[in-house]
Amino acid sequence: MSDVSSRDRKQSWFYTDIVKEHFFHPKNFMDRDVATDEYDATGKVGSPACGDELRVWLKVDPGSERIREFRWKTFGCGSAIASTSVASVMVTENGGMTLEEARALKPMDIMNRLGGLPARKFHCSVLCDKALRDAINDFYRRAGRFDRIVVEASRVVDLVAKVTDHDIEEAVLEGAHTLEAVQQKTKVGIGNPGVLPAVEDLIRFYREKYFG
Amino acid sequence: MATRHVYLDHAAAAPLDSRVLRSMRPFLEGAGGNPSSFHGDGKEAKDALDDARTRIASLIHARPDEILFTSGGTESDNLAVLGYARANKANGCHLVTSAFEHPAVLESVGHLEKKEGFTATYVSPGRDGIVSADDAIAAVRPDTVLVSVMLANNEIGTIQPVADIGKRLKKLREAGHTKAVLHTDACQGAGAMELDVEKLRVELLTINGGKIYGPKGIGALYAKRGVKLQPLQFGGTQERGIRPGTENVAGAVGLATALEISSEIREAENARLIALRDTLIGGLLARVPKSRLNGHATLRLPNNANLSFLDMEGEALLLYLDAAGIEASTGSACTSAALEPSHVILSLGLPYEVAHGSLRFSLGRATTEADVDYVLDTLPPLVQKLRAISPVRVDEKYYV
Repeated sequence: MSDVSSRDRKQSWFYTDIVKEHFFHPKNFMDRDVATDEYDATGKVGSPACGDELRVWLKVDPGSERIREFRWKTFGCGSAIASTSVASVMVTENGGMTLEEARALKPMDIMNRLGGLPARKFHCSVLCDKALRDAINDFYRRAGRFDRIVVEASRVVDLVAKVTDHDIEEAVLEGAHTLEAVQQKTKVGIGNPGVLPAVEDLIRFYREKYFG
Repeated sequence: MATRHVYLDHAAAAPLDSRVLRSMRPFLEGAGGNPSSFHGDGKEAKDALDDARTRIASLIHARPDEILFTSGGTESDNLAVLGYARANKANGCHLVTSAFEHPAVLESVGHLEKKEGFTATYVSPGRDGIVSADDAIAAVRPDTVLVSVMLANNEIGTIQPVADIGKRLKKLREAGHTKAVLHTDACQGAGAMELDVEKLRVELLTINGGKIYGPKGIGALYAKRGVKLQPLQFGGTQERGIRPGTENVAGAVGLATALEISSEIREAENARLIALRDTLIGGLLARVPKSRLNGHATLRLPNNANLSFLDMEGEALLLYLDAAGIEASTGSACTSAALEPSHVILSLGLPYEVAHGSLRFSLGRATTEADVDYVLDTLPPLVQKLRAISPVRVDEKYYV
């Protein structure tokens, strides 16, 4: 990395007022230690080595399957904190989303609600939807309703960053044709270099598939 | 909102000294002749350029014809590494450098490896952020063409044993073991350390203006007489044809003045900064649990304090500090374009978690005790706030 300052680069300061509001005054974060059975479900994504780790806790109304409470903890940069905070509001407002609605929440929805994020921050810092889906599966697992657990159709290539082959495909389609470029978009293999050969194979495969 | 403005990012850019600006004024506002022109204004510009070159040469114990003006540290580093390696391939195609050089050196070496058939040995620094001269010298082979080790690291400020490496490399050359010469990137060391090319025993030395209260966009490369360089750009005979292009006269004058001022006030300013730095480091380590100093405690630049605060991420803290009026920088992945955390912290053998939570405070001439106190009062609760929302509890064994 070059001179560590980002001051002269400015990129990371391109945060909207909504991002800043959620970053400086995060909503619904878990401010204490919590027993495993206190909440109906938990989910996790990332690791401190890759730069972001996110955990979520849900309380779900058993009848309507609406999310009553969404608590979180995040280790991450400004946009990781802000995107999780805003997602916690989106999931619980107006009586709460049903688990099915929440499962359909996309990173793009979270970003739109924030009024946008710097492009290079998008893939790596909006992880909340993944942690949420992890928690929804945990809810059904605890309830013994295994038929409702949805295993993502795509294959996880980096278990730590929870990057899938689909994420790699999207990054290639968006113009990232080298390992470095794909890492910039997805953070795949950062802090977990063992997966890199498989990632390079995937990049080659999708590059050839779409760009010949 | 911020009640105070505390700029602690002087290692990225230092403000222009007003005396430097004054020395540059005639060449910014005046006729501004081209030093290559045959008329009065041209002559005036050429005289100023020659004078700046002579002043810089005398400060670093060199001869005027050994000073090449460039556009800054990056260009000087590129010219030293690429220009020297390409012009001296006959001496061998192996390079020795440290693993935590500035990217201007590292990426030049990487380019030579990838595209031009060179190989390189990257010497790792110790946990304390200091490259051992033994390791650097042991890496030198008969086919080594260039050794490049920075004078002081730009992120953690640790001072490298360049003079020792230079002395021992000279012995190897005299014994006929190698023809390799030594380059040092002195961009960060320049203000606080004496730059004497004879004492350092370097053949190439990079300086730039922006870090020493001089103008941005100007740098110099010292290249000892007889050291061959292949130009990186073409189109004129300026700077002996090695660095063609109309000269930045005002910049050169400013660089010379900035170096002179640094040299005059060095001793007193270093003592003042060391006291402030140690108050800052000691205070933060005492007030913030799970924090560590990165790099050697005393063999570091007087203005550099680089610490890691575990269980939180550096960019988030940087933004909170910025909102409180404190400007610093971080080695976290989140502010780098590549989303990779600091290669410097990782090169010390420290884990990613430590790199993500690293912060660099670089003090300057305007920094006061009150500024340091303000940081000591402001930072700990911000770390506490970020830790409160963080799920991570890094094990002590990772950072002690």
